[in-house]
Amino acid sequence: MLLNAILKRLLATVPVLLGVALFVFSLLYIIPGDPAALIAGDTATPEEIARIRSSLGLDRSFWVRFAEWLLQILHGELGTSIFSGMSVSHLIGQRLGPTLSLMSLTLVVAIVVAVPMGVLAAWKQGTMLDRLTMMGAVFGFSVPVFVVGYLLAYVFAVELSWLPVQGYRPLSDGIWEWLRHLILPSVALGGIYIALIARITRTAMLEVLSQDYVRTAKAKGLGQMNILFRHALKNAAVPVVTVIGIGVALLIGGAVATESVFSIPGLGRLTVDAILRRDYPIIQGVILFFSMVYLLVNLVVDMLYVILDPRIRY
Amino acid sequence: MNACTTEFQTGGQMPPDLFEAERPRGPIALWVRHHPAIAWGGGLLVLMACIALLAPLITSYDPANMTPMLRGKKPSWAHLFGTDMLGRDVFARVIYGARISLMVGFAVAVIATVMGVAVGIVSGFFRFADTIIMRITDGLMSIPPILLAIALTAISRPSVTNVIIAISIAEMPRMGRLVRGVVLSLRERPYVMAAQAAGTRLPKIILRHILPNTLAPIMVQATYICAAAMITEAILSFIGAGAPTNIPSWGNIISEGRAVWQLRPYLVFIPAVFLSITVLAVNLLGDGLRDALDPRMAKRV
Repeated sequence: MLLNAILKRLLATVPVLLGVALFVFSLLYIIPGDPAALIAGDTATPEEIARIRSSLGLDRSFWVRFAEWLLQILHGELGTSIFSGMSVSHLIGQRLGPTLSLMSLTLVVAIVVAVPMGVLAAWKQGTMLDRLTMMGAVFGFSVPVFVVGYLLAYVFAVELSWLPVQGYRPLSDGIWEWLRHLILPSVALGGIYIALIARITRTAMLEVLSQDYVRTAKAKGLGQMNILFRHALKNAAVPVVTVIGIGVALLIGGAVATESVFSIPGLGRLTVDAILRRDYPIIQGVILFFSMVYLLVNLVVDMLYVILDPRIRY
Repeated sequence: MNACTTEFQTGGQMPPDLFEAERPRGPIALWVRHHPAIAWGGGLLVLMACIALLAPLITSYDPANMTPMLRGKKPSWAHLFGTDMLGRDVFARVIYGARISLMVGFAVAVIATVMGVAVGIVSGFFRFADTIIMRITDGLMSIPPILLAIALTAISRPSVTNVIIAISIAEMPRMGRLVRGVVLSLRERPYVMAAQAAGTRLPKIILRHILPNTLAPIMVQATYICAAAMITEAILSFIGAGAPTNIPSWGNIISEGRAVWQLRPYLVFIPAVFLSITVLAVNLLGDGLRDALDPRMAKRV
């Protein structure tokens, strides 16, 4: 049953992925400038350029090239960087560690902070705590991620020197070194995500707390924490999990800026460097990769629904 | 809406009171009390708009004028926020920067809204178009908006117009989805069906019966798009994919201040504060509008 549902959802993702691939491919197709002329250099004759064009397959039709490109991708090959001549998949693989570390730590921090915040705000609806949480959320939405990043870096790294200003250490250097370098970036990146999750958690909890079964639980004499986190939160979980999935888009976008602030050698830095050098295959590859990750995360979220709410069936 | 018009009336009709302490608040004060978010957000936004419009009166410096003699000066009375590494007056750059951010925010809000409304209405009314449009928006929405904007600016010449177009395309699908949803639910309303049964032409139904009822959620969504666009513009400029570097957008000023931010943190923080306040103003306005226009929506997001 569950397997069936997963298969169905996976199949539904295929046309979307094809659409993304088509979009990303057309990006390279419509860029200004001729890659063949670029590779051939300034002194090349028109014949040489034409030869390079046909050797690269640039003289064939759009759809033929798109189909070939798709086949390549299915083999895990995303093309080669114009600048360094290295394979894009290889470059992405190299930079994956820091970005995944940053994003997963942010995800954990955000959920651990935001969900209890939203639950408490809903429980104490209308009080100072609730208002402060909601005000904090508006601020979280409004202050751009790199601004929070610089602010944190200035206070905790430059002024107080508690944490490193920038840089990244892989997990193999020890968990503390790894964590120390990621604390500030994750908090900075988490700001808007925390705001989003806290707000939706509060709204979902308010809905649930007015239900009869919550009153029954209270009447039975269950403890407040028990009611909030075991009875209510469980029933408010679907919208919360949904927004956590959708919010990954914010996380991905924010990671590009955060990695620049903290000099983290991840996919975001790779993208920024590629933009400065107009290295389109890399930009293409990273966008395709991130979109796949995003789709995959939301696929997992859809699967979670079935577990969280047994009434949902696909 | 009704609530606030009655508020206006009762406020205006109150007889003048002799006792200072018991005097009822005027209509404006009452309205502000009921919609603090709109008042604060709107007020801050008007202030920023004034700064942007009156920039040449506020500062006599040219934001693009480089004075090599005055490179990297600390704040002084002559240069309130100091000068940057090229000897340009940072105060002037920040003040003129308000123009870029506000322009990008509003232009994107308008363009994305117009496109989104058109797309939403078409796919809400025409089945065959709906399938195609929804597949395309599915694809666009599965690319994180900032990356989509990066992709689009990367393939175009750096200019403010291209940044506006890129962010508009990235923000449009959400508006389209929203409008489509509202249209689909409105189509089933008795008054729309009655109009259809009476033989009213489709354009008239859309103009008379559909559009006015989509206005509230569209306006609220448009303010959020405006806020998101200003942040996206700043991030694009920050990573070097935005407006050309000679244009004093807040993102560009921050990006230029990056190289020396540990020595001169104000070069990053001053434009950052302006940017954050402006985005906050727009977000407050959006929240306020949402609560004022549709109390039921307040329970949602």
